Amino acid sequence: MTDFSVELRQVTKKFTSPEGTPVLAVDDVTLGIRDGEFFSLLGPSGCGKTTSLRMIAGFEQPTSGEVVIAGQAMGMTPPFQRPVNTVFQSYALFPHMTVTQNVAFGLEMKHTPRADIQKRVTEALAMVRLPGMEKRYPKQLSGGQQQRIALARALVNRPKVLLLDEPLGALDLKLRKEMQLELKTLQREVGITFVYVTHDQEEALTMSDRIAVMNMGKALHVGTPTEIYERPNCRFVADFIGETNFLPGTLAGCDGKRATVDCHGLRIIAETDHAPAPGTQVVVAVRPEKIRLHLEPPNTPNCFAGHIENVVYVGTDTRFEVKLAGEHRLRVRQQNLVSTPDLTAYFGGHTDVYAAWLPEAAQVLVE
Amino acid sequence: MLKTVRERPSLQGLVLISPTMFWLIAFLLVPSALIVVISFGARGSYGNVVYTFKLDNYVRLVNAEYGHILWDSTWIALLTTVACILAGYPLAYFIARSHPTRRSLFMFLILVPFWTNFLIRIYAWMIILRGEGVLNAVMTWLGLMNTSLGQWLFSQVQLYTPGAVLVGMVYEFLPFMILPLYTSLEKLDPSLLEAAADLGARPWRAFLRVTLPLSLPGIIAGSILVFIPAMGMFVVPDLMGGAKTVLVGNLIRNQFFTARDWPFGSAASMVLMALTLVVTLIYTRTFGFGEELVP
Amino acid sequence: MNERERTRPGRWLTLYAIAAYLYIYLPIFFLVLFSFNTSKFSVAMQGLTLRWYGDLFNDKAIWQATTNTLIVAITSTIFSTIVGTAAAIGLHRYNFRGKGFSEATLYIPVIIPEVVMGIALLAFFGQVGLTLGLPTIIIAHIAFSIPFVVLTVRARLQGMDRSVEEAAMDLGANEVVTFWRITLPLIMPGVLSGALLAFTLSLDDYIITLFTAGPGSTTLPLRVFSMLKQAVTPKVNALSSLWILVILVALLLSQRLQPRRG
Repeated sequence: MTDFSVELRQVTKKFTSPEGTPVLAVDDVTLGIRDGEFFSLLGPSGCGKTTSLRMIAGFEQPTSGEVVIAGQAMGMTPPFQRPVNTVFQSYALFPHMTVTQNVAFGLEMKHTPRADIQKRVTEALAMVRLPGMEKRYPKQLSGGQQQRIALARALVNRPKVLLLDEPLGALDLKLRKEMQLELKTLQREVGITFVYVTHDQEEALTMSDRIAVMNMGKALHVGTPTEIYERPNCRFVADFIGETNFLPGTLAGCDGKRATVDCHGLRIIAETDHAPAPGTQVVVAVRPEKIRLHLEPPNTPNCFAGHIENVVYVGTDTRFEVKLAGEHRLRVRQQNLVSTPDLTAYFGGHTDVYAAWLPEAAQVLVE
Repeated sequence: MLKTVRERPSLQGLVLISPTMFWLIAFLLVPSALIVVISFGARGSYGNVVYTFKLDNYVRLVNAEYGHILWDSTWIALLTTVACILAGYPLAYFIARSHPTRRSLFMFLILVPFWTNFLIRIYAWMIILRGEGVLNAVMTWLGLMNTSLGQWLFSQVQLYTPGAVLVGMVYEFLPFMILPLYTSLEKLDPSLLEAAADLGARPWRAFLRVTLPLSLPGIIAGSILVFIPAMGMFVVPDLMGGAKTVLVGNLIRNQFFTARDWPFGSAASMVLMALTLVVTLIYTRTFGFGEELVP
Repeated sequence: MNERERTRPGRWLTLYAIAAYLYIYLPIFFLVLFSFNTSKFSVAMQGLTLRWYGDLFNDKAIWQATTNTLIVAITSTIFSTIVGTAAAIGLHRYNFRGKGFSEATLYIPVIIPEVVMGIALLAFFGQVGLTLGLPTIIIAHIAFSIPFVVLTVRARLQGMDRSVEEAAMDLGANEVVTFWRITLPLIMPGVLSGALLAFTLSLDDYIITLFTAGPGSTTLPLRVFSMLKQAVTPKVNALSSLWILVILVALLLSQRLQPRRG
């Protein structure tokens, strides 16, 4: 239980807006981040992820609740006394200091002997693959280089936890993807807990051991990337992560994990962890890539006749909009296994199809 | 994103601001309050202050003897402001339209005299406007002094006339007008004028309907920066207006030095502030407030 | 930004601008010119001489006034810069009770007519029993300089990236260390600008100094004024020319301090 590196216990943060109304930036969040984990806080702008990170760092104080780092409640401890270091979104490199002075700053604060400082700075720069930059000033570096110096400056202090606030936001796509890989590898090598804030779900899914999906100050779902993607626990998570089809209906019955839902004429068999009572208003969530289109009705539980309304060829797959009976529209994605420039090969010619998916591929979510 | 300043009232902030506040309260607020109190007092026989509560001083100010001083001061301040607008606008416009690299040079050139001591600048004009000064010499050399028009012109701005005071005031306050005007004009997006032209407006109309309204905040800011100090100005009238021109500032100065009637002088100060405030309020109510007030 | 270069000022406007600059600079030109004139009164240049500058250097009263002016300026600048910078940081970073009141009070010296401030201080010193002299002048100068320092430093603070201070704290620097190693170096141009502003305001001040100076504590502006009121010799021109030179140098220095913008 207590090999949690960082814990948020019922943490709430209230701000007062300029008009005077109270705003709950973080709403009763409880999280445990394990030692050595790459943990991401994921969500749209304003969901509270950055505020949560700043409370761990010590730049904000919770209105109620506790921040616990390495088993110790932080209380009012100021940032300079916490065993964490932050990589800022804007890098926040000291413009009037050289790279060496920047990276050595934290060590200076701890009164590390000069010889040690030199050694560790060289190590840190090697670790982020920027040796030889010692005498440069931040404004002489590119965005990617600045980002890595900011990383070195934080890591050289060997903190227990590294906090990263959307560090890759300012980089271009290719560089960002490279850095994602580097960060992940670095984290594995160094073994420190990383708490990573991002709004980019692909980034979170790629790099994290576990993710907390946040919205409106609440942590909605905490789990591994697979759990979050395949078994979202609520509509927002299902919608925010990837693409989902939502089919609203009424729960007809439940048998263990299997549930039967009546969606305005369609009888769908899906899975649920909650076993809601029959008659509850629910929503069936099924992802586009889990649906297969067939010309003949296959022998699977969820099989519905439909009509292809729209076809979009995207290279790796083809996207379809399929209209089922009862005004239901499904977005379907199928990988292009056939290789031909002839569009008619991709279901183009046939507009009447059968859409089918497995029960395990559909979740029953209660609103 | 909500601005995160330390929300809890902080001791450190108070500590940092307290020397400043102490100084300003002790040497600004308290003295000002003192003046208010004194303005209701009376002059003792030895020139000291007798603390009573009478409105006598204020009454004295608005009667015929001194009333015209207030009127003159307001009038000259207004004239100065208008003159600064008329003289300063084209110059500010010129600089704003110049090549970007030259603009800071041009502004610097305007600021250089501004930073020299204003007594020096007034003296410079005294040399020019003296009876035997530069202007006279030039006009004589041009033959203008032989004409009655030339003589009349010279007599209007000659030293020790109200005209000279106006020239001095404009010279003194011009940079205060040009700076906010320039700031306002510089922000003007040239594509707006292009749009106006595209829609059929000739240059003069585009100026009247687009440029002028958009530079209004600058005009207002500049007017306030000129009018308020101009109301209390006494040095220029003293040096360039001679004994003939007495403004509120001179009055106050005299009461505190020569006549030693501090209560009367204080009352005059109060009236000066009130008058300034009233005119400024009327002005901003009519035209709005200039955002460029802070440089 | 390229579009701006297409709109050049027209012919008439340029002409007007030239005339305006002449209007601004001609008086100064004549002032400096006549400081070298051998004749005391005549407008025509009758010869070049440095006699008036010589007279200036021998004038004890002027030396005294200059010394006084410098003492006042330097003292008030140092004090108001330190106090004003502290206030700017306090206002920028913290919320405290009475913050609104403080901000409002800081605006008063900016909008109050100098005459009124002068007499207020005169009355105040009289009531408190403080004899007028250099100390009272210094007190007054500090009072009107502080708001300008606060304004200048605050502008610089607002342009500074706050996350740099947070980064320092994150790396283990407490508030004091953060201020010394990070904040102060970064706002230094603003602090120096504010100091220069305070210094110039003090050097130049006539009106408030008039009311707070004692008989033995004349400053240069006061001396110039009395010289103007009495017999005017080109000595005044010489003094003025030197003064202009000093200011010019100071201005050029301050331009160097501004960070190069784009």
